[in-house]
Amino acid sequence: MSASIGKSEDVAAQFPPHSAAHLGLTGCHACGQIVAVGEHHHCPQCGSAVHLRKPESLSRCWAFLLTSVVLYIPANLLPIMQTTSLGDTQSNTIMSGIILLWTTGSADLALIVFIASMVVPLGKLLALVVLLYSVQRRPLGSPRQLARLYRLVELVGKWSMLDVYVVTLLATVVRFDAFMSVHASSGALAFGGVVVMTMLAAQAFDPRLIWDALEERGQKQPEGAG
Amino acid sequence: MSDTPEPAEDLPGDLPAAQAVPAKRWQLPLVWLVPAVAILIGGWLAIQAFTRQGPTVTITFQTGEGIEANKTRIKYRDVDVGEVKKVEISEDSKSVIVTATLSAQAREFAVEDTRFWVVKPRIAAGSVSGLGTLLSGAYIGIDVGKSGDSRSDFVGLEVPPILTEGQPGKRLVLHAETLGSLDYGSPVYFRKLPVGQVVAYDLDKDGRGTTVTIFVRAPYDKFVTTNSRFWSTSGLDFTVDANGLRFNTESLATLVLGGLAFGSPEGQAEAPSAPSGTEYQLYDNERVAMRDHDTTVEYYRLVFHQSVHGLTVGAPVEFRGLQFGEVSAIGIHYDATTHRADVPVDIKVFPERLRKFSRTLPAPGTASAEIVRGMIAAGLRAQLRAANLLTGQLYVALDFFPDAVKVKTTTSAKSKAGSPQIVSAENPLEIPTVDGSLNELESSLTSIARKIDKIPFDEIGKDLQTALRSLDKTVKNADVLLRQLNEEVAPELRLTIEEAHQTVSRAERLLQQDSPLQTEMRDTLREVGRSAQSLRTLTDYLDRHPEALIRGRTPEDKP
Repeated sequence: MSASIGKSEDVAAQFPPHSAAHLGLTGCHACGQIVAVGEHHHCPQCGSAVHLRKPESLSRCWAFLLTSVVLYIPANLLPIMQTTSLGDTQSNTIMSGIILLWTTGSADLALIVFIASMVVPLGKLLALVVLLYSVQRRPLGSPRQLARLYRLVELVGKWSMLDVYVVTLLATVVRFDAFMSVHASSGALAFGGVVVMTMLAAQAFDPRLIWDALEERGQKQPEGAG
Repeated sequence: MSDTPEPAEDLPGDLPAAQAVPAKRWQLPLVWLVPAVAILIGGWLAIQAFTRQGPTVTITFQTGEGIEANKTRIKYRDVDVGEVKKVEISEDSKSVIVTATLSAQAREFAVEDTRFWVVKPRIAAGSVSGLGTLLSGAYIGIDVGKSGDSRSDFVGLEVPPILTEGQPGKRLVLHAETLGSLDYGSPVYFRKLPVGQVVAYDLDKDGRGTTVTIFVRAPYDKFVTTNSRFWSTSGLDFTVDANGLRFNTESLATLVLGGLAFGSPEGQAEAPSAPSGTEYQLYDNERVAMRDHDTTVEYYRLVFHQSVHGLTVGAPVEFRGLQFGEVSAIGIHYDATTHRADVPVDIKVFPERLRKFSRTLPAPGTASAEIVRGMIAAGLRAQLRAANLLTGQLYVALDFFPDAVKVKTTTSAKSKAGSPQIVSAENPLEIPTVDGSLNELESSLTSIARKIDKIPFDEIGKDLQTALRSLDKTVKNADVLLRQLNEEVAPELRLTIEEAHQTVSRAERLLQQDSPLQTEMRDTLREVGRSAQSLRTLTDYLDRHPEALIRGRTPEDKP
């Protein structure tokens, strides 16, 4: 159920009674001007697009999520990095790199890489799926919890690119051509795609929908909504 | 948003109304393109990954040295065409089975006569190869076969083959008694240019020789003709034989690595280029190789009654100074009844060689025995002569000795009288022998030595000593005499000489021109002359008047 915007009054009526959207008002993202809104609109002050809720939020979120899942497969199957040491070239996927680090004694590094490359992206994906599911079907937690989850996703989003940063830095720094050099491989590209897609998905999700869904289901929180 | 819900009536009435924009046509949000594209890319990658897979092959090696699963690559002409996936030990624990997948482009490589080997650092036959693998790890080389039948399990070579298919050139097979110092990759020379290599070698099944396969590159392969000869140039060729000292080497490389060369004998007509796979004999050196290989061989036996010290098997046999054979066996025959030991020497001769020089020698045939018998009757004998006084080596000379003792020719086997014998190795014709000239020299020297020996040097010595002693005495006496002479006789002699001197001067004075003696003498001579004259007158008168003696002179006759 997407938050499609119809005529102003019908639209406004959909929203929870204590929300600005219920009054048909919204703030422009760019200049902050409070605008009475209907369907697709532009801010009279700055001209940027104005909407009650992020347009097609759920579809976009799902689309980006799907893309990131699709890209996750090659990100793990294709090698992320090629290390050439004394003429001996080794290609490593994320998993093989982690295993290599673990078996060669750098267990802490292995753990860090595992968290950054495996746990975090998957966690983000999972969190977003939970959020979407909560909005579209049945909430899997209280709105507070869901909101917290969303904030977590956004926070962690900054750090999702860690693995890519590592590969890039290594490739730039380790350049003793004859002895040792590192080259990024196609897996890094795919992994970067995964991270970008999850970030876009997180950005596309409009958290206000959590409370809209609540309202639709008739479950109103005594604390009120924002 | 504030907590207190306020009705919309509190809002100012002149809130700006947002401008309406008509809804877009698209039903499906454009954003779904993104996953669509992602799926497409993913799918394309997956399909590519599957299609890039080539066939899987298993290769059996003796050892898995240098081969690692998921790491070792298979390279064709140094291009990656596959990767090793699994390395495991075979069921009978005797070999290692390597499973590898080839890339899609290498699909046609898995055929019947494709060969695999491990490329490791290798030093062989003067070249060091595969050094890069010291750093990068070994890889598996592949030589693609031309066959059309596909095959998926192979037995890997333990040693890399020297050449790959498709290199233009010829393969030739050589038979040699020993391998010498040849090895995989030993060079093949033509006119001292390296034109090929030894590709493979193996022992013959009966163990009596070796077979060496060589490869001669194009464009030099056209110089291998049907009359080419091959010889080994390994190391040095150093011979000391009846012909003297010889020292030969092909090049510094062959000193260390061994090698072989080929060429055609001089003076032969142009022969056609030999096809690949032709078999040749590998000789020990150039001299032996270029020798004309004679088709007819004749065998003779020479029985010497003297020592043959210095004669070796292989020593040359010359006829009138032209070498045309060699000694093939030397034996000894002891006759128990007469207690004599003779030395039978078997020789084999190649009449072809003489024919090369001659226009008048008879053609070969079974009648050669008759011809030889005729020559023996005319005085053909065999003699041992010194080839080299320095080394004392001998050679066999067949020559005519007109004053040799006549012998009846016999063969060593019984034969019917009058029937022509076929001269063969088992049935050689015997040529009688005379003692060698060196022997004569030896015997004369011996006799001189004996004579010298007979000289009684001791007695001579003793006599000489005695003579010397007496001479010594004589000298002593002479010495005494001389002293005497000096002391006593000499002054006397001096006096005598002085007196003589005085006398001479007196005589001189006397005999001078106007000395009184001379004057008187002249006068006397004048008188004598007058007297003689008178006498003559008298005799003349008497001659005319002999009666005057009695009568005296008449007055008219008086002058």
